[in-house]
Amino acid sequence: MANPTVPALGAARTGVPAYDPKKHDPFFDGLSDQLADKGFLVARADDLITWARTGSLMWMTFGLACCAVEMMQAAMPRYDLERFGAAPRGSPRQSDVMIVAGTLTNKMAPALRKVYDQMPEPRYVISMGSCANGGGYYHYSYSVVRGCDRIVPVDIYVPGCPPTAEALVYGILQLQKKIRREGTIER
Amino acid sequence: MSKPDTLSELAAHLDDALNEDVREHAIAHGELTLTIHRDRVKKVLRFLRDDPACRFTTLIDICGVDWPSRSDRFDVVYHLLSMHNNTRIRVLLTVAEDANVDSVVDIYPAANWFEREAFDMYGVVFDGHPDLRRILTDYGFEGFPLRKDFPLTGFVEVRYDESQKRVVYEPVNLVQEYRDFDFLSPWEGARLVIPGDEKAQ
Repeated sequence: MANPTVPALGAARTGVPAYDPKKHDPFFDGLSDQLADKGFLVARADDLITWARTGSLMWMTFGLACCAVEMMQAAMPRYDLERFGAAPRGSPRQSDVMIVAGTLTNKMAPALRKVYDQMPEPRYVISMGSCANGGGYYHYSYSVVRGCDRIVPVDIYVPGCPPTAEALVYGILQLQKKIRREGTIER
Repeated sequence: MSKPDTLSELAAHLDDALNEDVREHAIAHGELTLTIHRDRVKKVLRFLRDDPACRFTTLIDICGVDWPSRSDRFDVVYHLLSMHNNTRIRVLLTVAEDANVDSVVDIYPAANWFEREAFDMYGVVFDGHPDLRRILTDYGFEGFPLRKDFPLTGFVEVRYDESQKRVVYEPVNLVQEYRDFDFLSPWEGARLVIPGDEKAQ
């Protein structure tokens, strides 16, 4: 029988040893303290804009192989990437991040670069899965690019074959962290 | 002849009807393979499609096989299905590197892309094909990748060139050596004796 003093919704987390509800991200703690003190926030425009960017990562669906199934899975209600403001977008001209999900072949490489060139700045690339990271299973093949970083600059590498949807969600969280850390409005 | 009941009946029927065209037939693993003369392929396939006892109206696949040591280097294999008789058949012919095979696109329209694929991968040329181009490999690709003498990694690799602002082709340069696979896996190969196991015997 569960401990009756544990509130119903907290039950799942009480068993996690490292979890301490009092420990928060100091960044968000600072924000909420400021808001509670003064009722308004003072921030640099850079921070505000990068914060806004992290919350609307529209991703270009570049599904090339089985990784694309996990990418779709991440967008579906179970993992629901739209919680993080990340939604699939059909056009490169309307997207902020390209998820290269699958084996990039020699024949596809110029098309991938063309799509990447159409994306507006700032733009980010997530390389998803072994094949996109370094050729993976097809590393020695005559028709496969040994890593999509030969074609486009990559920000986040998600390992796995294929990575789980959770791994992709984690990759997107890492990308948000990266944008918060080094995002800028300078060109 | 009405619907044949067994593969051997079908084989006997085909031996009668296509006497000069069939080199041999074999039944192995419950499958009938017909080896035919190269120049008779259109006649044989048309017969297999139209004969009331056969009615192989569905072309499943055309594929190639490379035998580098043979004088007739390639096999071209046709897989047919008869939905009416619930039967499958394999038609096989051999072709040398400098010889051509008659295209069967006018008999089976599905053969179009299959023949393009066989041409792409093995370099077998099909006479009378309406549009014999490469289908799978890169634009401007050289060589036939499923031939045994084609190197696994091919000859070129691609990279984006920042100065030219486009994807360029370069001779292949492997930064990582081929992996030497050790097949002595702990689950299959090795007979490891775990201490204490002998007591179970």
